Amino acid sequence: MQLLTSSIGRKIVMAITGQAMVLFAVIHLLGNSSIFGWLNGGINAYAEHLHSLPLPIIIGFRLALLAMVCIHIWFGIQLTMENRGGRPQQYAVKAAQKATFASENMIWTGCLIGLFLVYHLLHFTFQVISPETAALKNLVPLHDQMVPNVLGMVVAGFKNFFVSFIYAGGMVVLFLHLSHGIQSFFQTMGWSCDKSQPIIVKLGSLVALVLFAGYVIIPLTVFFGILKG
Amino acid sequence: MSDHKTMTLTLIVWRQKGPSDPGKFETYTAKGITEHHSFLEMLDCVNEDLIYSGKEPIVFDHDCREGICGMCSQVINGLAHGGRDRTTVCQLHMRTFKDGDTIYIEPWRARAFPIIKDLVCDRTALDTIVQAGAYVSCHTGGVPDGNAILIPKPAADEAMDAAECVGCGACVAGCPNGAAMLFTGAKVSQFAVIPQGKAEAAERVKALTDAMTECGFGNCTNHYECQTACPKGINVKFIARMNREFLKAQFS
Repeated sequence: MQLLTSSIGRKIVMAITGQAMVLFAVIHLLGNSSIFGWLNGGINAYAEHLHSLPLPIIIGFRLALLAMVCIHIWFGIQLTMENRGGRPQQYAVKAAQKATFASENMIWTGCLIGLFLVYHLLHFTFQVISPETAALKNLVPLHDQMVPNVLGMVVAGFKNFFVSFIYAGGMVVLFLHLSHGIQSFFQTMGWSCDKSQPIIVKLGSLVALVLFAGYVIIPLTVFFGILKG
Repeated sequence: MSDHKTMTLTLIVWRQKGPSDPGKFETYTAKGITEHHSFLEMLDCVNEDLIYSGKEPIVFDHDCREGICGMCSQVINGLAHGGRDRTTVCQLHMRTFKDGDTIYIEPWRARAFPIIKDLVCDRTALDTIVQAGAYVSCHTGGVPDGNAILIPKPAADEAMDAAECVGCGACVAGCPNGAAMLFTGAKVSQFAVIPQGKAEAAERVKALTDAMTECGFGNCTNHYECQTACPKGINVKFIARMNREFLKAQFS
């Protein structure tokens, strides 16, 4: 199968898995934004809605996400190592004209996002970082039933400076990664031409910026006391 | 005697005796250079001085000296062909430098382009990619009648834009990954957009990209350094087209 062995094939796999994760990030942000109260019952109701989905769907979705992360990382490392070998000796004068900090450090921003994901999952999904505020152990009433207090857990977490700092830092790194990654998807899939390509580069950065702002606003509003539990 | 003002420049040039020599930078002074000298003529002056003083001249590739052959392969101050828009080294004139400048001159650096001597590298790998299928394999006979095969003007223009590539290798030299995607993309595209080339488009894109990898070129990471390095202005849209052709070829 040329898709899994060739130069362009593996890049296409990178592009598709990456873009699928971007789509997940968009949906995840829309869901998170329920913390600002547009959904009746807020983020607690949203979380309860997700957890009341049939178990096979939840497990299937999580496994699919995990697979995409693993494939993206595996090919990312493989391709980066090959690329480092493509120019074994560097020039004495480094003078990039188009390459950016983001485009040159995809492997490192990717690694940092991976670490951030581990922390994020331990914090809010497996809830082992600060067990005393874990949503699963602190139930609150919602529409005649007791549901996990996600809002309380998030607010308690982000009140802590270091936790907020880690999340904000994680989002800066995500912005860098996506500001190159989103436009890269369209180029690698061949969905660009000379007229659209510069626009796609700008739009990609814009989407990355919107995602950054959307995500970072939650820890910021909690930390500065605008959003209360 | 000309009344041109002359300039004196410090050159830091990569010297390498042969493919297995580790190589090192050496410093030279270029004297009496006018703004009308081309970069290669400036090197000629330096070489004459070197020869007069019994030293070995700097070896560099050159041929047409009018910007169309793609032989002059030098990275000047970190930029392939000196970084001027659509300019080869031979068409880079000393008016772009000023008196007292220090200029770094290096050969193309990529795994697929082993250095032969000083600033000369072996770019056979680009020929290997072409030999893998950048042609139409059927016998085409004599020159056909002008309107025998109708080709829309936009398609003909697109093919010509891709065919402008002179195979100098600046795209590879400029790419941080030493990838030949712009070169290969141009070759794939110049055939894929016209009827004569469409028939074998799928086999061609597979063969060329395989050859590209086998030659030791890296993979594309969409920095687009190649496009700015290219003296012929080949656009990265041809890489996108090759990616598209590659995807199509998976289903044919």
